[in-house]
Amino acid sequence: MFELDKNNFETEILASEEPVLVDFYGNGCVPCEALKPHILKLEETYGDRLRFTALNTSGARRLAIQQRILGLPVVAIYQGGEKVAELIKDDATPEAVEEMIKQYI
Amino acid sequence: MEKVYDLIIIGAGPAGLTAGLYAGRSRLSTLLIERGVDGGQIAITDEIENYPGGLSGPDNIESGAALIARMTAQCAHFGVERLSADVIKVELEGKVKRVHTRDAVLEAKAVIIASGAHPRPIGCPGEKEFIGRGVSYCATCDGSFFEDLEIYVVGGGDTAVEEAIYLTKFARKVTIIHRRDELRAVQSIRERAFKNEKIEFMWNSVVTELHGDGVLSGMTVKDTKTGEERRVDADEDDGMFGVFVFVGFLPNSELFEGAVDMEYNYIVTDEEMRTNIPGVYAAGDIRKKPLRQVVTACSDGAIAAMQVEHDLAAGVIG
Repeated sequence: MFELDKNNFETEILASEEPVLVDFYGNGCVPCEALKPHILKLEETYGDRLRFTALNTSGARRLAIQQRILGLPVVAIYQGGEKVAELIKDDATPEAVEEMIKQYI
Repeated sequence: MEKVYDLIIIGAGPAGLTAGLYAGRSRLSTLLIERGVDGGQIAITDEIENYPGGLSGPDNIESGAALIARMTAQCAHFGVERLSADVIKVELEGKVKRVHTRDAVLEAKAVIIASGAHPRPIGCPGEKEFIGRGVSYCATCDGSFFEDLEIYVVGGGDTAVEEAIYLTKFARKVTIIHRRDELRAVQSIRERAFKNEKIEFMWNSVVTELHGDGVLSGMTVKDTKTGEERRVDADEDDGMFGVFVFVGFLPNSELFEGAVDMEYNYIVTDEEMRTNIPGVYAAGDIRKKPLRQVVTACSDGAIAAMQVEHDLAAGVIG
């Protein structure tokens, strides 16, 4: 999974015409750690059809807030410079993330 | 023929992990199923002050995650099998119990239900809408987003006040909103809160609505004595604030409704952790009991596992 940071978010995500998945996580976020292996597994299945990326918000708080991320974990899909779908906290189950991915491949 | 375990434990919090430890040492073939992260509620708790022998590390601070990591390792050491899956259905009647996940049906002679509890919401308009956009039930997950901003903590018990203290690491100011005129938290925690210069109190108050445009920036607070409502808005330069909710827990017992006896959605057991169904036991926060703490969850887990071993050996179940 491609690690994003505050400097490349614009070029890697917002400039992309293709759909991209972003896994927003943070230091000390235990539910994020629990979700991560499931996201990696989904990448194995769908990674050839959808780009998987991750952003550690602990080093990019201002960027996260700009993207209206104020709680973790969030798994979102960006396309054409916009967040077109997202699953927040308890809604971000492995099953729900897979359903969301299927709509963008 | 599929394997029939001696014991399936649902939930890897302190109750489930302790049950696993005892069952493993008794050489019961045991499967421990967890849908999320080990520890559940306690894994996201910043600091555990009251687990006996549990203070460790620098400054005598023990995090929930560190305590649970040791419990997980100990459980694994005694050969308990693990499965990461969500239990979606149970069949508990009969000698062989069936536990369904999305991908498998697992069988065992005994089941210990240790599925725990989840945070109780305030239950006011706007709350759901702003989850992840200003409303949170997890200080360790979301506290850092509110660096130099204001945070309101709803609740007055141990968890609320401890997490309020933790959140002062980030926030400019933390205001505890409590429906009564004194805290329910134990004295040692109260003292720390009263000494903390960043913490303020809004007594006799409840939140009745949350407002904002995309992110949380306002709320309506009602005075429980006068019934008067007033609006609290974020500082104009901030444009947002955080509301962290710690007003108790609700049991994760939906799956077992109608199957085992409950009171107010908590599972009723005898002192040996047996439910009304032979071969089905309950342990930890899911159980009807007077004190829900890590130490009582561990105690329940130990008793339940030993009772399973006893009942299997006596031929009462299985």
